[in-house]
Amino acid sequence: MVAADRIYLREAPAKLLPAPVASTGVVGWVRANLFSSPGNIALTVICAALIVWIVPPLLRFFFFDAVWSGADREACLPSAQNPEPGACWAFIRAWSSYFTYGFYPLGERWRVDLFFFLLAFGIAWLAWLGAPRRDIGAIYFFIVLPILSYVLLSGVPIIGLPDVPTSLWGGILVTIVVATVGIVASLPLGILLALGRRSEMPAVRLFSVTFIEFVRGVPLITVLFMASVMLPLFVPDRLAPDKLVRALIGVALFASAYMAEVVRGGLLSIPRGQYEAAQALALPYWRMMALVILPQALRVTLPNIVNTFIGLFKDTTLVFIVGIFDFLRTIEAARGDPHWATPITSVTGYAFAAVFYFVCCYGMSRYSRNVEARLARAHRR
Amino acid sequence: MTNPSSGTDGEKTGWAVEISALNKWYGDFHVLRDINLTVARGERIVICGPSGGGKSTMLRCINRLEDWQRGRVVVDGKELTDDPKQILAVRRDVGMVFQQFNLFPHLTVLENCTLAPIWVRHMPKKDAEELAMRYLRRVRIPEQAQKYPVRLSGGQQQRVAIARALCMSPNIMLFDEPTSALDPEMVKEVLDTMVELAGDGITMLVVTHEMGFARQVADRIIFMAEGQIVEINEPKAFFEHPQHERTRLFLQQILH
Amino acid sequence: MPKMLQLPLRSRQQWASIALQAALVVVIGGLAYGAFINAADNLAKAHIASGFRFWDNTAGFDISQTLIGYSPSTSTFGRAFWVGLLNTLLVASLGIVLATALGFTVGIARLSRNWLVARLAGGYVELIRNVPLLLQILFWYNAVLKSLPDLHSSISISGGAFLNNRGLFLPRPEFADKFDYVAAALVFGIVATLAVRIWARRRQERTGQPPRTLSFAFGLIVVLPLLVFFAAGAPLSFSFPDMGRFNIRGGTEILPEFAALLVALTIYTAAFIAEVVRAGILAVSQGQTEAAQALGLRSGSTLRLVVVPQAMRVIVPPLTSQYLNLIKNSSLAVAIGYPDLVQVFAGSVLNITGQAVEVIAITMAVYLFLSLVTSLLMNLYGRTVGIVER
Repeated sequence: MVAADRIYLREAPAKLLPAPVASTGVVGWVRANLFSSPGNIALTVICAALIVWIVPPLLRFFFFDAVWSGADREACLPSAQNPEPGACWAFIRAWSSYFTYGFYPLGERWRVDLFFFLLAFGIAWLAWLGAPRRDIGAIYFFIVLPILSYVLLSGVPIIGLPDVPTSLWGGILVTIVVATVGIVASLPLGILLALGRRSEMPAVRLFSVTFIEFVRGVPLITVLFMASVMLPLFVPDRLAPDKLVRALIGVALFASAYMAEVVRGGLLSIPRGQYEAAQALALPYWRMMALVILPQALRVTLPNIVNTFIGLFKDTTLVFIVGIFDFLRTIEAARGDPHWATPITSVTGYAFAAVFYFVCCYGMSRYSRNVEARLARAHRR
Repeated sequence: MTNPSSGTDGEKTGWAVEISALNKWYGDFHVLRDINLTVARGERIVICGPSGGGKSTMLRCINRLEDWQRGRVVVDGKELTDDPKQILAVRRDVGMVFQQFNLFPHLTVLENCTLAPIWVRHMPKKDAEELAMRYLRRVRIPEQAQKYPVRLSGGQQQRVAIARALCMSPNIMLFDEPTSALDPEMVKEVLDTMVELAGDGITMLVVTHEMGFARQVADRIIFMAEGQIVEINEPKAFFEHPQHERTRLFLQQILH
Repeated sequence: MPKMLQLPLRSRQQWASIALQAALVVVIGGLAYGAFINAADNLAKAHIASGFRFWDNTAGFDISQTLIGYSPSTSTFGRAFWVGLLNTLLVASLGIVLATALGFTVGIARLSRNWLVARLAGGYVELIRNVPLLLQILFWYNAVLKSLPDLHSSISISGGAFLNNRGLFLPRPEFADKFDYVAAALVFGIVATLAVRIWARRRQERTGQPPRTLSFAFGLIVVLPLLVFFAAGAPLSFSFPDMGRFNIRGGTEILPEFAALLVALTIYTAAFIAEVVRAGILAVSQGQTEAAQALGLRSGSTLRLVVVPQAMRVIVPPLTSQYLNLIKNSSLAVAIGYPDLVQVFAGSVLNITGQAVEVIAITMAVYLFLSLVTSLLMNLYGRTVGIVER
């Protein structure tokens, strides 16, 4: 028998009380997260000091002390009204069309704008997961758009679009072209290489593995050097590709090796049961891949594909080194302009470039995280 | 069951666990409401109730895996506060078995059991291994000693977890739904182990839905719902004459 | 009857696959052959030699940072290759060490309970990962280091160092003969520390006493060599940089190219390593920490014995690929003129000899080799970290 004082019956329900103030709300959060121990307090103080040391000067540089308009370097030099000038945005504005188009002829720049629009349309069509007929979107993006872009940008004199040699292209136009060619070429090539790596035919598998491991083991610089210096040697004179095309070939080959690994990861994550179900339905190999396996694999690795594209976008800066005037190189060229020579010019140029790349890359990474979250939610039962 | 001597000095009361006016909030949610409980040495307590009722939370307060905003918890005469030394001292003498086993996958079964004796009680390796083998024999899986946990069945893993906790020679053992993650055919082997343990006289607090175990082993059964202790009684009276409306409702749902 | 029907079908598939592979070999072989013919043709037309005899020809150009002896008038192209390779190895190995230290710190900081620390670390990672490395290198080189004052207005640092836009000039340590004793003491100290640790571990197994070797380590590695140093009469002198009219003589010089490349590589790679570390620690389930705490393990022991070993299993493979990336990214040195392998060999040597095929092939082979060695070393380390067989 259990003693009487060990038995208990609750007569009235316990009161539902609000949480004590010191442990909830703003005060509670601050105490728990910032001041919970002496070590924590020290860290908070150090970080706050760091922020005070960095943020106000940055704000002054970018906004408050920045020079937004002016005709030449005089505007951005220290003066009585502005003893410590910030960013020389006037310099950026003066050079902005060069940064965007390079030396593309003024009268033909509408073609570049049209190209940007068509590209944005294609990306939006494929990137919006809920868009209708995304398979047509794929055909548009991977087949129609490249042809249209070539016609628009390079020119086909017969139909009234004068030739614009690639040596005149520059700036954001070139960066976008290199990045787009990279993704358009690397995705199909990468899929082929990934399938080749898993093939049962020894010659195909050997070729795929060798290509992938070789390209992934060397720096992009050497691939670009190889493309720009060695390609003219391997090809008869009349076919000699121009500088931009050589760089594009290098970037495309490089990117497809990395894309191949991303697709391979996706293929590996498809459970065997999918392959078996497709085979049980008597689907031949390419049908099975196209209808069952690849759609799933690509959907699953979309975040990884976007991450590879972010890397590719950053890697476009390397064409700088083989003499292509991408966006970064136009910044480098412009900052030497004696017309605008001030101590601030270089920093302004780099800051502007950094903002451009950051906005593009961070935007893409947010998209990729969004897709990842959406996929995770869909899989949770 | 003798009544331990009462007194206000924590050292002298001799309760295994003493909880007074315990209140806990997760953010704004009042998750433990006015918990008062005393557990005598050697007592076997089963805690049951609907999900989300705060049973696991209360159990985890006893070895300070959860903290609280109001109230007192005294374990073996030591009051649990923010003092890390005190917390460590309590945790040395309180063993816990988790629902998800939480065995260390990068160590063998034997190494799982000897880790704490070597690094906390500073035992020589040989003594720790002898101790571990003794408890592995006790839970009837000495032959698995050199295997990695991933190779064992769920029931075997949980028995290793029990042995691992016992290797610290605790005065109190806490079980947090030890069989809920197991396949049905493995539940019995773990429950049998726990029944044997109960016969040794160690203080046990078990959160579980296994009412057969409760009937067989418990000295008292605690029913918790909505963060409060609703009813405490000895098993016979608890099952045959539940006094609170809420208890009756729960028992109807669970005993079908 | 059924067997005969099966046979032709199987061989038809086999024939198709053989035909496809043969076609692949023919196409690739044909392309390669065509390329080879064209290359030979074009090279002959441009009077460019073939083969590797250029290796022993005199280089004739200067290199701004040489870790081994090199002179433009007597050293060969081969020697230039080794100079460039050593410069690459120098910046890559220092980069890996520093980036790992910084990356682990930031990665752990991102998981801190302190909101400010976690957000600051997160901001650093997001900013650095989304700006191209080349831009960061150019920024450090052109905007920061080049804007240091020129030679005549050098910043002088106490201790006899000068900082200007040509580099950081430090006193060069000159070791007298007796310094060998100090070096020997240091080596002895390291070996002895390892021995003490092994002994302490054995003692713990025997008697259970926990190993407390930190003070021993400090004494053996720091105090002992210091004592020997002073006992030997401080056998260390410095050759101080001497400010002349047009340049600085004496001392040792750290090039701004080297510093900019190293700083940019470190900061960039550390951001990626931080993400890898964070993912690794998050991969260890909360239950592991709770089980360790329930057993009475202190937080230091919990981390060391339970969390970190499991986290490292997840961290090592992506960490390896970050190291490989750093090695490959060091080739961006060519953009700012740091004389690494690409800049010296695939840059200067290629320009002078014109033998693009050989030079680029050698360069690529070197990077492939470096990648292989790094992967192998990291795989070995991964095994010691105790990757449990499944």
